[in-house]
Amino acid sequence: MNKINSIRKDWSLIETLIAEDRKILDIGCGDGGLMEQLENNRNAITHGIELNRDLAANAIARGFNVVHGNAELDLSQYSNNSFDYVILSQTLQAMMKPKDILSELLRIGSKAIVSFPNFGHWKIRLQLLISGKMPVTESLPYTWYDTPNIHFFTIKDFLNLCNEMNIVIEKSIGLTSKGRQFDISESVTGVNFFTHEAIFLLSYKNFEPIKIKSSKKVFAKNSVIAN
Amino acid sequence: MKTKFTTDTKLETEIAYFENINLKLESGDIIDSFKLAFKTYGKLNADKTNAILVCHALTGDQYVAGHNPITEREGWWSRMVGPNKPIDTNKFFVICSNVLGGCAGSTGPKELQNGSDVAYGGNFPSVTIKDMVKAQSLLIESLNIEKLFSVIGGSMGAMQALQWVIDFPDRILNIIHIAGALKHSAQNIAFHEVGRQAIMSDPIWKNGKYFENNEVPERGLSVARMIAHITYLSENAMHRKFGRKLQSRDIISFGFDADFQVESYLRYQGKSFVERFDANSYLYLTRAMDYFDHDETFRKSIEFSYNPNNHLKYLIVSFTSDWLFPTIESKMIVNQLNSLSREVSFLEIDTDKGHDSFLLEEPQLDDVIKGFLTNNFAKIDE
Repeated sequence: MNKINSIRKDWSLIETLIAEDRKILDIGCGDGGLMEQLENNRNAITHGIELNRDLAANAIARGFNVVHGNAELDLSQYSNNSFDYVILSQTLQAMMKPKDILSELLRIGSKAIVSFPNFGHWKIRLQLLISGKMPVTESLPYTWYDTPNIHFFTIKDFLNLCNEMNIVIEKSIGLTSKGRQFDISESVTGVNFFTHEAIFLLSYKNFEPIKIKSSKKVFAKNSVIAN
Repeated sequence: MKTKFTTDTKLETEIAYFENINLKLESGDIIDSFKLAFKTYGKLNADKTNAILVCHALTGDQYVAGHNPITEREGWWSRMVGPNKPIDTNKFFVICSNVLGGCAGSTGPKELQNGSDVAYGGNFPSVTIKDMVKAQSLLIESLNIEKLFSVIGGSMGAMQALQWVIDFPDRILNIIHIAGALKHSAQNIAFHEVGRQAIMSDPIWKNGKYFENNEVPERGLSVARMIAHITYLSENAMHRKFGRKLQSRDIISFGFDADFQVESYLRYQGKSFVERFDANSYLYLTRAMDYFDHDETFRKSIEFSYNPNNHLKYLIVSFTSDWLFPTIESKMIVNQLNSLSREVSFLEIDTDKGHDSFLLEEPQLDDVIKGFLTNNFAKIDE
């Protein structure tokens, strides 16, 4: 799959995860391609953030609500739960602090959609094993010294992080390098080996309300006490 | 409300008279009657949905496009407003009025006091951005326009656009806010104060009564303009334009002539400004900008507005080299709107032309303004 096709494929899979009439924040929205698709096909209300000035200008000129800015600095301005979905497509590996970003996504949105290239794919493992050099592939086409992808991780790493952060994986879609689609949660064996790209729909664990006996009414909904 | 309209053929402008209207100003003073000079471009459509108010900056006027009889030049935003321009007058009905307190035909210190043959001068009441917008809203009302599609402005014009959001959100659909801020900063007030001191220390100013002898405090006003003009540029733009190049000479004079091109340029700017602008007006309008401050209150006035404002769309634009209204000031507005989940777009344009960029050739500014207006208009037209 080439880069453009891979992004289109990514978008159409993201679309399948999104219900009608929802409010969406697309982080790294480019010129608004995914926003346009979701407005047209899902009747979504969309907002976007884009770091690249020219892309942001294009998106604004195309009529989308886009803020030219840096997600790692500017996400804090959004209020808790102000979006139904927050989307981070193919960019988590390029973030300075992926863990912080992940928790911001689920603070701002009720649900988050994250997609990324799997560094545990067999081709990548094989390249490193045989050549002893940092792998360069179609989906990760950069050399180590000029890559924007500064945090490589595998599906296993990501699942561990979600577990650690009490994040629930509601749905997960894997893609092989040939574009074959499967459900990551169902095919346990070899998943980290064959998944080329992964898309996750995430939310926080819904804890039972904690009842505290008190004369004052205290509600502690969704509060995380311990894992 | 009955408003009388006339055309001033000498000034090539429409004038709206608001008589016995007792306009209460923010200061508490009341102006019983006043007039606004305005220009319109394009045609109002049948549903009256295509009206755009353009708000001018400190030394601007109602001559946005076309011929300006005061300067004998093209209007100040003729590159932006006109047929097939980014603010397309084939599609939109564009209105621009000279602000209250201005000097291009609207009631201001230069005009005669009601019922007398003496000009206001220093007796003119203090006006604020809020007062200017209130006067504009009366003009829009008298033109029978219920809702403006957009309010657009840069610098002091951006302040007015923001004031529209706060005071009359139910009468507008979107704003384009360029190179502005929630407040006039201490540094900006400081520069204005130097300009005002230059005017007031000119012996011809005479407490604002210079018109009695048909004189103009030229020196003071031109120095004020020279200072202000520096703040509208950037170091890089000045260097690119002038460097240390000498003016009409090969060697320095060892004197205080305008040896350098940059000096000569500033002197020219000061001199030509005196011919078109009133010194008292300059005092009043700079003061109005100084008093502008929504720093603490903006978020609340949006969140708890009496009038519905959820429908509003915002386009906020800043420029990298603008040190008078830097990007951080625009971002404060964007942050507060985003924290309220409002529909806001923001772009920082990369340019070395400083604060004045909004008046100059900036293709990206054209693109976003045109796109923002066209796409949002298409949505209401559906």
